[in-house]
Amino acid sequence: MRRIGIDVGGTNTDAVLLEDGHVLHAVKTPTTENVTGGIVAALGKLTSHPGVARGTIDGVVIGTTHFVNAIVQGRDLSRVAAIRIGLPASASLPPFCDWPEDLAQLVRGEIFMLEGGHEYDGREFMPFDEAGMRAAARRIRDSGLRSVAVAASFSPLDPSHEERARAIITEACPEAHVTLSHELGRIGLLERENAALLNAALVDLARVTIAGFRDAIAASHIDAPLFITQNDGTVMSAEMAMALPVMSFASGATNSMRGAAFLSGVQDAMVVDVGGTSSDVGQLRRGFPREANSVVEIGEVRTLFRMPDLFSIGLGGGSIVTENPVSVGPQSVGYRLTEEALVFGGKTLTATDAAVAAGIVEIGDAKKAAGVPRDVARAVLDAAKAKLEDAIDRMKTEAGDVPLIAVGGGAFLVPDQLAGVSEVIRVEHGDCANAVGAAIAQISGETDQVYREMSRDDAIAAAEAQAVARAVAAGADRATLQTVDVEDMPLAYLPGNALRVRVRVAGEMQRPA
Amino acid sequence: MTKSITSDDIEALAVGAWILGTGGGGSPYLGLLNMRRLYAEGHRVELMSPLDLADDDRVAVVSNMGAPLVGQERLADSRNIARAVEMQEDYSGVKFRAVMSLEIGGGNGIQPLMAAAHLGLPVVDADLMGRAYPEAQMTSVAVGDLRPFPCALYDPRGLESIVTNVPSWKWMERVSRKICVEMGSIASTCKAPRTGSEVKDWGIHFTVSKAIGIGRRVREAQRRHEDPITAILDEAEGKQLFRGKVVDVARRATEGFLRGRCVVEGLDEDRGATIEIAFQNEWVVAWRVEGDQREPIAMSPDLICVLDTVSGNAFGTETIRYGMRVTVVALPAPPVFLTPKGLEHVGPRAFGYDLDFRSVFA
Repeated sequence: MRRIGIDVGGTNTDAVLLEDGHVLHAVKTPTTENVTGGIVAALGKLTSHPGVARGTIDGVVIGTTHFVNAIVQGRDLSRVAAIRIGLPASASLPPFCDWPEDLAQLVRGEIFMLEGGHEYDGREFMPFDEAGMRAAARRIRDSGLRSVAVAASFSPLDPSHEERARAIITEACPEAHVTLSHELGRIGLLERENAALLNAALVDLARVTIAGFRDAIAASHIDAPLFITQNDGTVMSAEMAMALPVMSFASGATNSMRGAAFLSGVQDAMVVDVGGTSSDVGQLRRGFPREANSVVEIGEVRTLFRMPDLFSIGLGGGSIVTENPVSVGPQSVGYRLTEEALVFGGKTLTATDAAVAAGIVEIGDAKKAAGVPRDVARAVLDAAKAKLEDAIDRMKTEAGDVPLIAVGGGAFLVPDQLAGVSEVIRVEHGDCANAVGAAIAQISGETDQVYREMSRDDAIAAAEAQAVARAVAAGADRATLQTVDVEDMPLAYLPGNALRVRVRVAGEMQRPA
Repeated sequence: MTKSITSDDIEALAVGAWILGTGGGGSPYLGLLNMRRLYAEGHRVELMSPLDLADDDRVAVVSNMGAPLVGQERLADSRNIARAVEMQEDYSGVKFRAVMSLEIGGGNGIQPLMAAAHLGLPVVDADLMGRAYPEAQMTSVAVGDLRPFPCALYDPRGLESIVTNVPSWKWMERVSRKICVEMGSIASTCKAPRTGSEVKDWGIHFTVSKAIGIGRRVREAQRRHEDPITAILDEAEGKQLFRGKVVDVARRATEGFLRGRCVVEGLDEDRGATIEIAFQNEWVVAWRVEGDQREPIAMSPDLICVLDTVSGNAFGTETIRYGMRVTVVALPAPPVFLTPKGLEHVGPRAFGYDLDFRSVFA
């Protein structure tokens, strides 16, 4: 199995070739304005390595922060027609009701609210208003809007009204792209609808960007299927990524954690990814990042995405040092590190300079950091240590010392001895952990549903079967599927021992026949 | 005399009501969104002192009843609670002078404001719990043996029910719960109308102001990067019980409620000890465990609040999870619950714990 993993970050585009479970070669190139150029350059550098050039490639997997950045920066977004199915309930809180106004201005097209939706036990809340839907579809056709988001109450339990809506829209307006909320989210109508609206706003950008990824691969003479990584460390096909770009929102952080697990061989540990400006601390469970349980805000919009639970601190290789008293970060020279840091001939004292002066790492010209007083360098590293210890303690979910995998370009700031840490694990190619994480990404399936009148074991088994079916449909090899997450919660006030069960399974990609 | 509730008051109320929810009552977020919209449309709500009610004034007592989960899919609509009040007026033939909350804790702290905005009535600065409680007989008016009926329940599909007569508050709980479940486990309700003198005698007074005050102090502390917990304790005359990290949460559904236990391991001055908190929708009893000592240190009716150590915001019993950094505080109980009759309704034995009530504030 030979797979190329690519991470398109804000600063660097990293690429690695993974062959039968080890990293054959890794390269770093600057990200370009037009992302295709950076990928072509990275692939050129990667494939010029003699070990890479020979043999076929089974797949190219790309992780990118492109889509989340588009939302945060409010650029390249499409205007969206929003369809809410659930009247006569929820009428006073229409789609976009809790969006920041500037982002809503960019995305809000027309809003339609119709009768329909379901109850928590799967009964119809109201019959679906098909006549109303047909009228809305005609209006969408005439308005010129070509991206539509549909959200019906309790659609994760019964998606039939959302699916019927899509059929009616497609009939009236075949070129419209329709996002259905149940494909994206969990219980929580407002948050799930927000996810669908964000997704619908991104579909045009996704089409162009992913076509660009394909062009870059073709231009590099690689004949292999393209996959995009999702927030949970698994992949989706390029076709699915075009339809559901929001699923890739947080994949950068996830990939670095998954890469850390792979490179170290450790499946349960804390991970710290130290970049230029910030460090992300997360926790690996069975090789996957632990997910956030609460509301995740993207561009100030509440969503319930599958996101890794991360704690970020303003500490990285480019963190600016101030003296009297000594402090480090959160201000950073960022991507200008190679111009502004002392060791690169610049004028700004950074965390990297302190580490070089203290003799723990060799970067740039050590002589240029010779003027940094020994005690200042020491104090900077102590401050970094204290920040890291606090972040790790916050993210730990059990008492006792745990192993910590340190990755990222600034991993030298992580000392070997830390409170609450049994050992610090460092790995070869740790600075490209995110591209490695992309290369090893798996395929997953998830379900989140309320069960009644069933034993807990039976309910979990039913949920597992559903999740497995979804993973196989997404292209996973059934034989390799493992359950990676089970969560069950009894529901207060509901009769029949109602139990909400969430199960996620993941496994290797099905090899092409 | 009434005073205007500002939009800033409502933001503060959402934070404070969630804290007074003592783990239950559901997040006030969707109610807050409704009020933001109503205020943007020009509605304004007035707050009146319970002491300004005439003895024969009639007051509508409102709450949203049901499962918080269903509330996440059938989003709070301000008109529903207003309709429940109208149903009660139509059935009982009374004209309401004002609206008040059944429970100030959680989302129901905002329900009367929504009704009031539509009906043009003031909100009484009082409620019947001073917090959140899971059952209909856990109110000050049930302690006072006031009449439990009629109760109006509304569902926006045109389902309107009135429970016209029941012999006790426990029967009201059983019968209205059945109707609520048929409506999809959520219903907008207007409880038995109260007279001005009943509210003056049995209402728990100034709890809306209290929630706004707590919320305002938390938001101020957040803005100034000061410790919000200190601000809450100061504002509500509370006591810090424990600070630590959640290490275990066990939940189970029994008899239609969410019951369970949360274990917090000590940090800072509580390092080496743990606290266990039992809940039935709301936090009920807390034990401090140190070595082989296991001591109940706080119990209902004292309010037990589990707060985010950093932000000061409340955590609910449905959302609390491993790893959260929490500070457990106690706030004083409304005096009506401290009498022998009050403790029968909401003391530890009412929740199945064979403990004599000892107040944190004794």
